[in-house]
Amino acid sequence: MRKKIKLNRSKSNPLIGIVLIVIVVLWTVPTLGVFITSFRDSRDIYSSGWWTVLPHKDFVKTGEMEMPSELDPDQPIEIEGVTASFNEWRNGIEVEEGRTLKWYGNKRTRKVEIFEEKWIGFGANLNLQNYRDVLSAGEIEYTDGEGNTISRQGNNFSDAVLNSIAVSIPATIIPILIAAFAAYAFSWMEFPGRKPLFIIVVALLVVPLQIALIPILRDFTKWGLNGTFVGMWLAHTSFGLPLAIYLLYNYISNLPRDIFESAYLDGATPFVTFVKLVLPLSIPALASFAIFQFLWVWNDYLVALVFLGDKNRVVTSALAAMVGEKGQDWHLLTAGAFLSMIIPIAVFFGLQRFFVRGLTAGSVKG
Amino acid sequence: MSRDIDSRWSPITLAALVILTIVVLGGGFILLQTIQDYKILMTVFAVTWGLGSAALLFFVLNAIAETMPRKIRSVAVAFVFAGPAIVLLFWALVIPTLRTLRLSFLGPHADKFVGFDNFAFAFTDPIMLESFRNNLLWMIFGTSFCVIMGLLIAVLADKSRYEKVFKSLIFMPMAISFVGAGVIWRFIYAYKGEGFNVTEIGLINAIVTSFGGEAQAWLLVPFWNNFFLIVIMVWLQTGYAMVIISSAIKAIPGEINEAAWVDGANSFTIFFKITIPYIMPTIITVTTTILIFSLKLFDIVRVMTGGNFGTNVIANEFYLRQFTYGNSGQASAIAVVLLIVIVPVLMYNLRDFRRRRVLK
Repeated sequence: MRKKIKLNRSKSNPLIGIVLIVIVVLWTVPTLGVFITSFRDSRDIYSSGWWTVLPHKDFVKTGEMEMPSELDPDQPIEIEGVTASFNEWRNGIEVEEGRTLKWYGNKRTRKVEIFEEKWIGFGANLNLQNYRDVLSAGEIEYTDGEGNTISRQGNNFSDAVLNSIAVSIPATIIPILIAAFAAYAFSWMEFPGRKPLFIIVVALLVVPLQIALIPILRDFTKWGLNGTFVGMWLAHTSFGLPLAIYLLYNYISNLPRDIFESAYLDGATPFVTFVKLVLPLSIPALASFAIFQFLWVWNDYLVALVFLGDKNRVVTSALAAMVGEKGQDWHLLTAGAFLSMIIPIAVFFGLQRFFVRGLTAGSVKG
Repeated sequence: MSRDIDSRWSPITLAALVILTIVVLGGGFILLQTIQDYKILMTVFAVTWGLGSAALLFFVLNAIAETMPRKIRSVAVAFVFAGPAIVLLFWALVIPTLRTLRLSFLGPHADKFVGFDNFAFAFTDPIMLESFRNNLLWMIFGTSFCVIMGLLIAVLADKSRYEKVFKSLIFMPMAISFVGAGVIWRFIYAYKGEGFNVTEIGLINAIVTSFGGEAQAWLLVPFWNNFFLIVIMVWLQTGYAMVIISSAIKAIPGEINEAAWVDGANSFTIFFKITIPYIMPTIITVTTTILIFSLKLFDIVRVMTGGNFGTNVIANEFYLRQFTYGNSGQASAIAVVLLIVIVPVLMYNLRDFRRRRVLK
């Protein structure tokens, strides 16, 4: 009863709600901006901010008029009762409330554009062209803010997405099996060197990857594994093992002893016990690690950069290369960035519960 | 009768199994190299082959171990279970650490002994000193902002009806790669330059100009650009701190808070006198995790500035030394320095691990 009163009192503080909403807006706006931009027409992207797709009041071009050919632009010009110099007209003059006239281009064009203040927003020109362009491997063309047509080599993001899938899925599943076997051995079997070996696993949890990259790269060069998927799986499997073994050990070693004893009395070998009992019982822990590892491998840039190089680019390296080559092509960059995020975000929202459980098990010890 | 009667496997079956494993492993590997261009086929095959041959390997090794004499059988089985993981860990992490240590005393092409020259470089070169300074900024400001924001949001969200939604949205950047985050924030900081009738499309510059300020290339502003990069890490990692701290807050027994309420404590006293001391171990764990993280930080700097304009960090210099300058000696020395900085944390982890008697 008392608890209920307390809940009501604290949950109705509007100030907390406002602070939280402000923080959440700050946190989501960056992603939202890229998301919206990726659907905008390339010409719009360079001439206005992405927030202009939201409904707002602005001056919209509603028409234009030809100036008579006898008009001398070097003299003050009178239009709709207002007299001003050419330069003033070129910057635009508000002739009446909510109506602006603006000379278009140079003195010879003799064109004046009419802008009127209106509510706009819902008519934004959104399409999938940027995605088509960034996925394509061939030549692409787009229009920039000034209306020039620019042609570029496409980034072949469809290939990068496939490469990322090809790297991530095996590099997620294979370490789970290897780590589960090891975690079971460390939990329930006696063998010489068990303690020192497990201490090594714990120590390796925080060792920086940089310490291992150069020697492994030398091995890979010797074995011809540079730039191959097998090399990536091997590297990611090994780098993921310390955490995998640690997480799964925490789970498997806490399974009740009775089930192992009864299995043993029934004559089951450790192998059978592992396959028939331990694996099915550990599914929550396996899922936690799987999500962890998948997000880590998919989002990894360093390992891919070192072992894959420019061959078989994954999404992160393709995106980074695009930043280097076309740092201002926002229509391509935003679409590419969003393509690289779709799958991890879907996995994240779909399986958030397991992910959080893995995170807490991995860091809140005891 | 040294061959055990318990064994379910005849020598012939066993030999056949071994041959099958070798064929599957080797054949699959060769096949995989030849189908690299058919991505989807290769991925499907890789998953089946990788998982299948790992399972087969465990099965065969286990079958062999089970034929061992009873005395050593259980130890043999244990080694089969733990073996592959141990082999991989030694090949990929333990031995490379020693090899890197050796390389750090050798010249650029690992051919001659140069003593401590590479370490002299690592601790005196101006670019390294700049990197140390920047890493220190990342560790101090990045970590404290992450933890403070995470704590603040966790405490506030705990009192809100829409806790789940708020937390999910703050947490979401954790699913985004650093490279992706780099693009997102480059767009926020975008600068179009001077010219006639320029409309800024970057959010920050648009806000600055709408208040009458001057648009700027934020990533080129000396010293402060480090903080503009640190913001990105705070954006990405606060969710992590929040989730861990939040679950620790939820573990505080309700009676303690209620007793404090009854004794007339207000929210602030409860926060500083009960919540904070109670979750201190968690805050320390989160802090060390993010500290290590900001020490190893690479991707954000690489994508945003490439380490130019005074924003270089140690991990980026490691990459540059190895892959741009081709100097494996200096690169290895930098890696060793990274490891040495982490050693105290490693020691603390091990002591903590022994103290809690995790290993039964």
